Amino acid sequence: MKVIEQEILSLKNSISEMWSLVHQQLYNAGEALLTGDKELAYKVISRERRVNAFELKIDSDCEDIIALYAPVAIDLRFVLAMYKINTNLERLGDFAASIARFSLNLPEGEPLDPQLIKETRVEEMLSELLNMISLTQEAFEKESSEVASRIFMKDNLVDEINHASAAIIARYIEERKTSALAGLYMAGIIRKMERFGDHCTNIAEELIFYLDAKVMKHLGKAGTTSEENESLESHP
Amino acid sequence: MIKIDAKNVNFYYGDFHALKNITMEIEANTSVAFIGPSGCGKSTFLRLFNRMNDLIPGTRLEGEIRIDGRDIYDKSEKVDRLRKNVGMVFQKPNPFPKSIYENVAYGLRVNGIKDETYIEETVVKTLKQVVLWDEVKDKLKESAFALSGGQQQRLCIARALAISPSILLMDEPTSALDPISTSKIEDLVHELKNDYTIVIVTHNMQQAARVSDKTGYFYLGELIEYDNTRKIFTNPEKESTQNYITGRFG
Repeated sequence: MKVIEQEILSLKNSISEMWSLVHQQLYNAGEALLTGDKELAYKVISRERRVNAFELKIDSDCEDIIALYAPVAIDLRFVLAMYKINTNLERLGDFAASIARFSLNLPEGEPLDPQLIKETRVEEMLSELLNMISLTQEAFEKESSEVASRIFMKDNLVDEINHASAAIIARYIEERKTSALAGLYMAGIIRKMERFGDHCTNIAEELIFYLDAKVMKHLGKAGTTSEENESLESHP
Repeated sequence: MIKIDAKNVNFYYGDFHALKNITMEIEANTSVAFIGPSGCGKSTFLRLFNRMNDLIPGTRLEGEIRIDGRDIYDKSEKVDRLRKNVGMVFQKPNPFPKSIYENVAYGLRVNGIKDETYIEETVVKTLKQVVLWDEVKDKLKESAFALSGGQQQRLCIARALAISPSILLMDEPTSALDPISTSKIEDLVHELKNDYTIVIVTHNMQQAARVSDKTGYFYLGELIEYDNTRKIFTNPEKESTQNYITGRFG
């Protein structure tokens, strides 16, 4: 195996490990939120440092490969994609830690109201996000742009739950004025989860760039170019 | 505008089929790089553009190569006229055993130019063009062999340019040079392509990526892929090209 292939394999292994860690972080953050398990929430916050350490290592590995091996074609697209996916995974790690912090902020002995959880469909949202991040990792490991493109449709459900939640939470707060804080926390959590979904779609876009050399950014969800997009090439 | 137009070119060294049905168009005032492993035919193809293979016994050409619309292998075509229009720079700097000044003036003199003022103006102009003037202006009468390898190569480029060609062929022009000299030649290629059509054979992938507008990848005498350099080095069409440029070849 050539040296650049070894370097790329090593980068692939590191990012795969980070992916699994971030998936676990979100799973634990969700469990802590739904069950009120503060010890688990602390664990998520503490392990965020490991996610950050991965980010630094992968940044450095990408820089080394570019500087030392001058990759081209698929190797170049791989390194560029990993550089960006790394940033997205780190943000996902941050969101998982933020969700864990919400759990810690809830008053002792007062977990989130099961009624609120049910009405906002936050559990369904969480499950969909875990599914999305698993799918991105599957697309990465199978090197399948077809699997990656499935992520875009999944994000629609996350967006739908997010859009519906504002009215549900407003009504909840109006009806239970003493639980306003729980309602506000839930609004914050759902907002974080919606951003989590966006980062998963960013990752899917980067995977498609790496595998098929197609730029999916700023396209509509059906893959049509937004008329508002313009090319800088025509405006030197 | 198409400067060089090669159609269905086949070339043989005796029984060896060195170039297989190559068709390629090269636009004027662009730089094109030929890449590929040793023995793939890229230098052979380059040397067809100024009929440098003519002197090799047992060679045979099929197909057609046109420069500015003229078939350069037509019986009526004069080889000296062709080579005046198509200059060449080789892998190893090959200055003549003459002074720096006379190396550049040589092409003008053999083309019958006797006007010393014109010759001097041309020597100064071309030495400036190849960014060598400041380094040699005080020693024009000294032997060209006193120059460094990089300076000698720029002198050879000046010598080729002095007779006002429209095409410059470069066969691995920096493979014997250090990185600083290489960088100067590459900068020069960028400058020169405004006025000349440049075809460069190189084993240095990054050099091909840096200096050319289009790149042709050759393998076993075939032109596997010919496209914009940006496309070749970011997303080549053929797996064989990708394997070669990423170093996974063979």
